[in-house]
Amino acid sequence: MRRFWLLLCLSSVVAGQSCTENASDGTKVRISLASGLKDKAYMWNENEMFLFRSTLAYAMRKHMQGSDFQVSNILVCRETQRVSFWFVVTSSMDNSTLISKEMVREAVRKSRDRINGAFQLTDQTLEFLGIEAIMPPQPEHIDSRWMIVFSVFISLVVFVLLLMIMLSVVQKKRKRNEKTKKETCEEEIYRNTVVVQGICNSTFSD
Amino acid sequence: MRLVLPNPGLDLRIPNYDDLERMDKEEAGDRPKWDNKAQYILTCVGFCIGIGNVWRFPYLCQSHGGGAFLIPYLILLVLEGMPLLLLEFAIGQRLRKGSVGVWRAINPYLTGVGIASMLVSLLIGLYYNTLIAWIMWYLFNSFQDPLPWAQCPLNENRTEYVAECQESSTVDYYFYRVTLNSTTTIADSGGLHWPIVLSLLAAWTFICICYIRGIGTSGKAVYVTAILPYIVLAIFLIRGLTLKGALSGIKFLFTPDVDELIKPTTWLDAGAQVFYAFSIAWGGLISFSSYNPVHNNCMQDAVILSAITGLTSIYAATVTYTIIGFRATEKYDTCMNENIRTLLNAFDLPEDAVNQSNYDTALIHLNSSYPETVLGLGLKTCDMQKLLSEGVEGTGLAFIVFTEAITKMPGSPAWSVLFFVMLLCLGISTLFGNIEGVVVPLKDLNLLPQKWPQEALTGVTCVVAFILSLLFAQNSGLYWVTLFDNFAGSVPLLSIGLAELIAVSYIYGIDRFNEDLEFMIGKKPCIFWQASWRFISPIIILVILVFYLVTQVQEELTYLVWDPNSEVFPVLASIPYPSWINAIIFLVAGIPSLTVPTYALCRLVFVCCKKKLKSNKINLNQLS
Repeated sequence: MRRFWLLLCLSSVVAGQSCTENASDGTKVRISLASGLKDKAYMWNENEMFLFRSTLAYAMRKHMQGSDFQVSNILVCRETQRVSFWFVVTSSMDNSTLISKEMVREAVRKSRDRINGAFQLTDQTLEFLGIEAIMPPQPEHIDSRWMIVFSVFISLVVFVLLLMIMLSVVQKKRKRNEKTKKETCEEEIYRNTVVVQGICNSTFSD
Repeated sequence: MRLVLPNPGLDLRIPNYDDLERMDKEEAGDRPKWDNKAQYILTCVGFCIGIGNVWRFPYLCQSHGGGAFLIPYLILLVLEGMPLLLLEFAIGQRLRKGSVGVWRAINPYLTGVGIASMLVSLLIGLYYNTLIAWIMWYLFNSFQDPLPWAQCPLNENRTEYVAECQESSTVDYYFYRVTLNSTTTIADSGGLHWPIVLSLLAAWTFICICYIRGIGTSGKAVYVTAILPYIVLAIFLIRGLTLKGALSGIKFLFTPDVDELIKPTTWLDAGAQVFYAFSIAWGGLISFSSYNPVHNNCMQDAVILSAITGLTSIYAATVTYTIIGFRATEKYDTCMNENIRTLLNAFDLPEDAVNQSNYDTALIHLNSSYPETVLGLGLKTCDMQKLLSEGVEGTGLAFIVFTEAITKMPGSPAWSVLFFVMLLCLGISTLFGNIEGVVVPLKDLNLLPQKWPQEALTGVTCVVAFILSLLFAQNSGLYWVTLFDNFAGSVPLLSIGLAELIAVSYIYGIDRFNEDLEFMIGKKPCIFWQASWRFISPIIILVILVFYLVTQVQEELTYLVWDPNSEVFPVLASIPYPSWINAIIFLVAGIPSLTVPTYALCRLVFVCCKKKLKSNKINLNQLS
């Protein structure tokens, strides 16, 4: 439990005056390494932070063509153990002016997948608060798939149905033929007044 | 001398023992016959084991004291279910007719019992096949990855998910909106929903070909439809036991709560469940046993069938609750993880600081130091018991709880196909008995010409039934199904069962019945059977019937609706039925039950009138 108090104290460490003064132009970032990478999670340290700042500088360069953003233009502050921090972007030409939030967001949006890729994370585990994740593309709604299965099923069923009806019609016809054969045979015997003991052999009839 | 009501002319109406022996030896070609004993047993097992064993019994078991519920269930199985089962088997085997023929032979005034059975079978068959249509719809849609109920569709702007889906859940949305397109009340019909119309078409044509030649074809089909569910349940059991949280589900199901045994509703529900589980009073069992050889040991069959039904119910309940336990654990984990994430984000704590085991202590500490912040976070309460007990009955179990659980299992399309094929088999095998209980009486009553071949009889019945069941293809179809489920299958079946017991014990004569059994199987039924047929079973059924009527009349009739605009959404809202529903309920529940006395009365009047006319004629002749 003492750990909690320690961590709470750490989280209130303030770093970088320019960062706190201009919090309105800053963007908060939250990184969830444990839930995103589980076993493969790496430690968040200064090297990773350096990578983040350089990736962001790349994103700014890509968005503002012809600009000359450096790692030093990305200022980070208010780091916590969570891992979360705020960052602001200073202009490449003038270190005291900050790039507006909207510009930064546009830049991040454009290069989102490259930034994610650098850290092996996703939109949900590398969050830029205030920049919505783009909805994942829906798989093409496969309405047709169930129609295909249904049509196959119905055609099979109808086919079997017709087959069975035809079979029973054929069977009945055959039975009727046999019956009439038997009747004509018995008639013959009656006409010939040969009182045979009910034995009707078709070989005797012509 | 035992109490027997006068029944003149009985010997003229029924075949005597010599006739029976002759019929047995000659193998009369007209009447259908079972190919072998296994077919008969499997057909009966399939008839008795239906979808209700998967989605009604486990819920009753869990809500009425878990393991303790088995006590009233098994007691009533033996005292109520088994005697009625043997009664139907024996009377069918002895009199060798379908349900209308049997009661007409015992006494023409009792034909109403057979007609009532037919009406009940028809009404139940209509809504039961609608359930099968829904199962087929889900089955047709299971052949894709990811399953269509695994995610919400995007709205028109493609900016976020459809609101109705986000507020409830993907499976709820898929069932109530995509599959059924439910309206908000039963009065609002909303027109036909064509996916359901097509599914109904598939269902009715399927049952048509399975039963096209009567038991000749259905007898072959039961080899698959009766055995496959057991195999699939075994597969699900093995898979279910390997899932996380399965054992908590089973523990929840079977934890006995002995206090529940004192409540009368537990015993009533157990009695009602036994009654429906055995498909008694549908008329199908009488028909099936009339195709047996005369000396078939029906007593053994009744005992075997009761044992199989009881064991299968417990087996299916176990499997169901492993899956329910898994789903509840998944939802609980998701809920807890969300809460933990909210806490971590709000207080910027490292990710492994709070986990499920120390969540409570962490929350207490944080609440004591930052109460306003914690309050403002909107943390949800994650209640495992609540998750285990939600949506576990009826359609909710199959189409919501199970489908959700399946989406979380790897290889979901395969599991989905397997599950819905199992439900399909369970339903179809029950429908065989159902359709037998409709077609054979129609033939006996001459409503369908005797000369028609079996194919034509089955075909016409299926076509007419399909048209009638379009009632359930409307957008309000779900509410109609629930209505029929609650009313068509409760009071009518109980009253028919009671009438059957009284008819055989006191009108046919228990002594005569005993002699018949001695002739057929070689020994007289022991005192247990006799006491059950004459006293115990009728009293149990009467008590259940009276209690049921009393409770129903007292309550205001309400039903649950899917209303996205209601306050309690996504929970189903409970609203009262419109007043004209009472007429429908009377039609559905009252008419089959009242057929028995009504027919007897009509016949009495008819016979009296005829006698009067005859005596007038004679008088006239004498005068002239």
